Amino acid sequence: MALLKRLAETDRDVLPFTLDGQPAKGLLGDTLLTAVLTAGEHLRGSDFSASPRAGFCLMGACQDCWVKLGDGRRVRACSTLLEADHCVIREPGRSL
Amino acid sequence: MKNSDVVIVGAGPAGIRAAQTLVAYGLQPCLIDEGLRGGGQIYRRQPANFKRPPKALYGFEAAKAQAVHSTLDRLQTDIDYRPQTLVWNAEERTLDTLTFNDGPNGVSAQVPYKQLIVATGATDRILPVPGWTLPGVYSLGAAQIALKFQGCAIGERVVFAGSGPLLYLVAYQYAKAGAKVIAVLDSSPLSAQAQALPALLGQPLTLAKGVYYRTWLTTRGIPVHQGVKLHSIEGEERVRRVRWQRGADMVELDCDAVGFAHALRSETQLADLLGCEFVWSGLNRAWLPQRDASGRSSVEGVYLAGDGAGIMGADAAEMAGELAALTLLTDSGHQVDQARSAELQRKLGAIERFRNGLETAFPFPEDWAAKAADELTVCRCEEVSAGDIRHTVEQGHWEINRVKAMCRVGMGRCQGRMCGLAATEIVAQASGRDIASVGRLRGQAPIKPLPFGVEVEP
Repeated sequence: MALLKRLAETDRDVLPFTLDGQPAKGLLGDTLLTAVLTAGEHLRGSDFSASPRAGFCLMGACQDCWVKLGDGRRVRACSTLLEADHCVIREPGRSL
Repeated sequence: MKNSDVVIVGAGPAGIRAAQTLVAYGLQPCLIDEGLRGGGQIYRRQPANFKRPPKALYGFEAAKAQAVHSTLDRLQTDIDYRPQTLVWNAEERTLDTLTFNDGPNGVSAQVPYKQLIVATGATDRILPVPGWTLPGVYSLGAAQIALKFQGCAIGERVVFAGSGPLLYLVAYQYAKAGAKVIAVLDSSPLSAQAQALPALLGQPLTLAKGVYYRTWLTTRGIPVHQGVKLHSIEGEERVRRVRWQRGADMVELDCDAVGFAHALRSETQLADLLGCEFVWSGLNRAWLPQRDASGRSSVEGVYLAGDGAGIMGADAAEMAGELAALTLLTDSGHQVDQARSAELQRKLGAIERFRNGLETAFPFPEDWAAKAADELTVCRCEEVSAGDIRHTVEQGHWEINRVKAMCRVGMGRCQGRMCGLAATEIVAQASGRDIASVGRLRGQAPIKPLPFGVEVEP
């Protein structure tokens, strides 16, 4: 299920990527946040209870949308544009 | 790269107008911005391959947004423009920056300056409610960015809650774009808005727009409830419903997304690192960097413009950016148009009076802390509850940085941007102290997370 709903700008080039190893599709101009949350329901697990998080502020302030890329980089999903063949990894967080 | 003595941080309405003014007087400033394309948040630009016209994105403000954007586009050859660049530390005469999404660790740089304009803008002012960390819950600003910047709604069935002008604007923009808005829950009572009318009439156009959005919503059958409180957001893995209260009555409403906030809060960390003096602002209910009527901070060579030094809105930000630049030019010996400076100061004064009216119309819910249950998660990074904060207060701590050291509230990745204000409210309530006396969270470098492996010059 998706969290976000596309309302406009749906006529764009499709970019294939993988989400936790599974094939997924986003659109050119999507942020990683948009690409992941139109395919799934969360971006990361929280650091203290592993509860699901899906970002909050979308302007680079809350730091609750960090995801990992295949090359090891950790990036804010709201501030990073999707590129073809990105390997997006959602970190499970940890429960203390 | 141009050798710039003058640096501007933030390419929103304030930063762009500041840059334009400096260029007009022959300077070549460096403009540093975290955003992808500039414009700031309220005039956030969509990616280059999107096709919606400005009118669809910015409504009544389309002409203003376009003017700001085209100004930045024209300036790019005259300035040292550095988008996607975070200023993570600021010291006397030097900024530490990281240009992200450029190579595995980004590119770090030290940027020296002689004069600096800080135009860091604002984020939503958040008063947490139970369930606010669930997927599907976003700030009002976030909900607007999802639509403007990405053409997405935050869900299929959306509830908007809180207060402030953005509440009605975002609800209107969503409904207009075809999203299903289930309800608008405004915590401010209608009586407050009636009381504020005299002050609001000072800016009749702005007032008319607010009335228009609200009327547009109600005539289309979208329920707008005033004087009500968002009680909780419920769901397991994502939002399923909200509960809201009118007096003692509780109403349950199915939905899959919530956008909420109580107006805006200034981003002040850089001003803090720069050593600017802060003063209590009753209007903003916050400690803010002190600025004089011309835009000077307490630190020589450092100027403040836009919402980062007190919430005044985008129109004021444009004026304050130009004014700060004119003041900077004056201080460095340029002959500037003093009549223009005086005119800008006068216009800013009028907007400030309107801003006072807005505060009356959308009053801060001062009983929020007293009603927050101990179980409520206040700090979403470190998962610190209201009860944890109250327990710390019971141990005798009441200064907010001390409370942070004891229970970790505000110590997480966001550095208190989302929870700091709420934590301060809880401390004031639990300790019986005045909100101003609890203090403010000190800024710490790096003000936002950096990747391991960033090379930093000593």
